[in-house]
Amino acid sequence: MSARDDILANIRASLGVTGAEAPRRFAAKERLAQSPEGVIPRRGQGDPAARVATFKAEAERAQASVAEVAGAADVPNEIARYLREANLPATFRMGEDARLAAMPWSETALEILRGPSDGHDLNGVSAAFAGVAESGTLALCSGPDNPTTINFLPDNHFVVVFERDIVADYESVWRKLRERYGKGAMPRTLNLITGPSRSADIEQTLLLGAHGPRRLHIVMVRDG
Amino acid sequence: MTHQPTSSHFKENAHEALRDAPLQKALVHVRSNFIQKRAEAAQRLPEFEALRDSARDIKNHTLKHLDLYLEAYEAKVRELGGEVHYAATAKQGLDIILDICRKRGAKTVTKGKSMIAEEIGLNDALEAAGIEAVETDLGEYIIQLRGEAPSHIIAPAVHVNKDEVENEFRRAHLHLPKDRDLSEPAQLLGEARGVLRDKFLNADIGITGANFLIAETGTSIIVTNEGNGDLTQILPKVHIVIASLEKITPTLADAAQLLRVLARSATGQDMSVYTTLSTGPRRPGDPDGPEEYHVVLLDNGRSSMLGGEFEDMLRCIRCGACMNHCPVYHAVGGHAYGWVYPGPMGAVLTPTLIGVKEGGQLPNASTFCGRCEEVCPVRIPLPGMMRHWREREFERHLSPTTVRAGLAFWAFFAKRPTLYRLATSFGMRALHLIGRAKGRFSFLPLARGWTRYRDLPAPQGATFQSQWRAKSRPVA
Ligand code: SF4
Repeated sequence: MSARDDILANIRASLGVTGAEAPRRFAAKERLAQSPEGVIPRRGQGDPAARVATFKAEAERAQASVAEVAGAADVPNEIARYLREANLPATFRMGEDARLAAMPWSETALEILRGPSDGHDLNGVSAAFAGVAESGTLALCSGPDNPTTINFLPDNHFVVVFERDIVADYESVWRKLRERYGKGAMPRTLNLITGPSRSADIEQTLLLGAHGPRRLHIVMVRDG
Repeated sequence: MTHQPTSSHFKENAHEALRDAPLQKALVHVRSNFIQKRAEAAQRLPEFEALRDSARDIKNHTLKHLDLYLEAYEAKVRELGGEVHYAATAKQGLDIILDICRKRGAKTVTKGKSMIAEEIGLNDALEAAGIEAVETDLGEYIIQLRGEAPSHIIAPAVHVNKDEVENEFRRAHLHLPKDRDLSEPAQLLGEARGVLRDKFLNADIGITGANFLIAETGTSIIVTNEGNGDLTQILPKVHIVIASLEKITPTLADAAQLLRVLARSATGQDMSVYTTLSTGPRRPGDPDGPEEYHVVLLDNGRSSMLGGEFEDMLRCIRCGACMNHCPVYHAVGGHAYGWVYPGPMGAVLTPTLIGVKEGGQLPNASTFCGRCEEVCPVRIPLPGMMRHWREREFERHLSPTTVRAGLAFWAFFAKRPTLYRLATSFGMRALHLIGRAKGRFSFLPLARGWTRYRDLPAPQGATFQSQWRAKSRPVA
């Protein structure tokens, strides 16, 4: 017998089942098909304005910085401002995301590098798939549009999130994923990011910038 | 690290730990940090208790249908081009991983934090096969340099002081200038970040654990604060996930319930910084991500725990809250438990995984104050299970020794003022409740051999020591 058969047989012996019982099979199949949702915190709920406000407050609690701009056309200026004020080089890396590509970067003096990061970038820019109000969490999908390496390797990570994509809870992100990728399908990597990287491994002192970005700056875009 | 278990010497280990001044200094951080942060996080979420019930129910449902969800999960991973390997034992798990490493000619492996890797002794096996294994979680990296096992499941280097980290870094990072300043934690972190960045970029294979394996989508989920687990799995050509069977979770919706109690119970965060959902290898057109995606599912005794008196232990989501709130852990730290899993969860799990002969002492490492059960996000009845173990010891006709050991254990605590104070400040309430009815105990946990024939007067209110302290406090 293979290890697989051994293990399944042992599980069934311990549970006192054969694996063929119809009610058990039905229960598991139903759960997978229906994905019942459990307890959903009230915190992230409310109308779009309330969700945006909660998202901002929670992201700041997780030590991200947050700026709100009126439209997509204002994003390049906001990022240029941040880099200037933080004394950072006016260079960043981003993927092929069409929403980012359409922004008027040429109106700024920012230099843009394209494609995945090789670990030598100071600044990276991504566009979020969604924002989650209940915990100020960003959801980012992998692929050429927003390479996963940009989420982790640069020292400073800028994430653009459109306010219409700010949802109440994780369950809403799963639904949004289902709409985009189909039931039971996922991007290769989905990153849920709540604040900048940190470690408390030295004497329980909280320090930002462990292996991922030291700074997470979120740019919320009001209209899309 | 595989270390020979020393769990059967818990008492000696504890003895030593109590006299270890640097350790005692480090342990203060556990008491002062984790408890308060968890309490605040729980307080801030009105639905927290309801979520704990929900988390418990999801785990129970999953365990009752584990064979079916395993099959569904496996089919989904395969469908997406990933590979699933089953390992009945630690040895089989190691063989599978070494085999993948050999096929890819791997020289360097980076590792995200994984308790399962600790359980099977993965680092030693890799080193023995001539493969460099680099721990990338800062705490794990520190203890790897020190040649130690983790002393906590989420804060592996919690027993190490800052100066000791500095010494280790000076010893290991010889390529850096001797006169560099490493007096601040931030400087230590910066140095580790630089050293490990090179390791990430040059690794052949990345190995991570998993907090959840989702049957609905064939996804593995890891939760970290540093981002090390992500760099471990997106940069090398091969990603290996090693996880135990009970990590299977039916759906993403179920995972959301569990995630809401995990970080809050562990560190008091609403969410850890990085919750990463990985599904199969990189897709056509993907600019990054691994080319191969393997999942090694480890049993190592767990399938036999199903349906029995220790099944509840399989609900554990490894948040560490039980040890963070345990007066015994506070006093002796994690290493005294002598194997991979410390604290109350370790006291229950260790004997089931390595046997009663090696681990049977640990269930005695309890004051039965009940704090662990009060905070466990999946409501595992830890004190009750420790009691189960002790009853099993009786059945093994070890009674006379057990009685002696039980009394010796109380004596052991009573003779050590720091430990006793801690234990009793929590235990007092419980003892008070047990004895309240008649004003005396007819039963005292662990000292049954004594209380069977004699009653012990029940403590009234506070301990003598705390009353004394309160009374002698200067009146302002
Ligand atoms: S037993 Fe409960 S409290 Fe302890 S680590 Fe497991 S889930 Fe957390």
